[in-house]
Amino acid sequence: MSPASREVETDLVWFLRGARAVLSAPALILIATMVGYGGLARESGLALSETLVGVALIWALPSLLVMVSGILSGASLIACMIAVALSAVRLLPMTIAFVPLARDPARPRWQMFLAAHFVAVTAWVFAMMRLPDLRREARIPFFLGFAISLVTANLIFVAIAYQALAAFPPVVAAALFFMTPVYFLTALWAAARHHADKLAMVAGLVLGPVFHWLEPQFDVLWAGLIGGTLAYVGAKWGWPERE
Amino acid sequence: MSGQSGDGPNVSDLFSAPGYTLIDAWWWPYLFVLLVGFLPTEIWRVIGVFLAGDLEENSPILVWVRAVATALVAAVIAKLVLFPTGALATTPVALRVGAAATGFAVFKFSGDRVAAGVIAAEAILIGGWLMLGT
Repeated sequence: MSPASREVETDLVWFLRGARAVLSAPALILIATMVGYGGLARESGLALSETLVGVALIWALPSLLVMVSGILSGASLIACMIAVALSAVRLLPMTIAFVPLARDPARPRWQMFLAAHFVAVTAWVFAMMRLPDLRREARIPFFLGFAISLVTANLIFVAIAYQALAAFPPVVAAALFFMTPVYFLTALWAAARHHADKLAMVAGLVLGPVFHWLEPQFDVLWAGLIGGTLAYVGAKWGWPERE
Repeated sequence: MSGQSGDGPNVSDLFSAPGYTLIDAWWWPYLFVLLVGFLPTEIWRVIGVFLAGDLEENSPILVWVRAVATALVAAVIAKLVLFPTGALATTPVALRVGAAATGFAVFKFSGDRVAAGVIAAEAILIGGWLMLGT
């Protein structure tokens, strides 16, 4: 047996071990939340195929939500793009923290780009917790096993829910829709690393409705820019980090 | 960008007309998802891979950037609770706000356990729904 084929075998084993981790509480909560998103997408007029393409290509739920929120409020193409870009900018520092953990100099670069595609709150928290305990060569296949299975499971359940939602009792549909805000209310706070993140959450929660009333087409944009800047300044002067 | 019919969108439409219905063609929603969803999301991951090692995760610019992103997502959360669509829209606003607030409180008191918060909020929402007989 050549060394190459032995490597492939080991990769597969790690991939499957990663896949098994999809049976965990955070992954199941994400699936329930994504099912709620599927319902929201349907309510917003997205076809099933558009909804699934969106989940597979975008993957980060905040981006999906901001996109749908833009569709619902009739926002323009440019306004939607800017809002999604601003909501997704959090993926930049997350990816910067992820890469050194996943890096394996023996692997081609494209594998890192593939792994980075799955950076979003749930998979990122998983990587931060699990990758440091693994050997270097196991990390990429383990993470990809988890992430690809997670996306696949989400796509399957979103497709089922999209079709079945009309048949659900209204209370079930309402409970599923409610998953999204409650999941992010808690998961975002849990993922906050700086005081600025926590202040930003409070500012966004208050300013979102205010700008929804003042300027519906650009409400989340203004709430993000103004709320985030206020939070940054407030944390810098009023609530500095200890260290 | 404009369609072959000659009356496709002009540049100002990109800034003012509703984006999702900008072009009346079967492929437009997919291109819309690509332009509005995939591109502005994936770009940060790609830049992140390139910048990893050069830019410090806790540099001031990234702290600010993350605060803006967090506030933006928080604004979406507030809108989903206050101005929901579909079945959730039939529930009283006080029930939704109360359920979300309770969920957050349980999340904090359980030592930042997301699952505990989510379950508590859902229990209040479903319990309230059944009691009110909406």
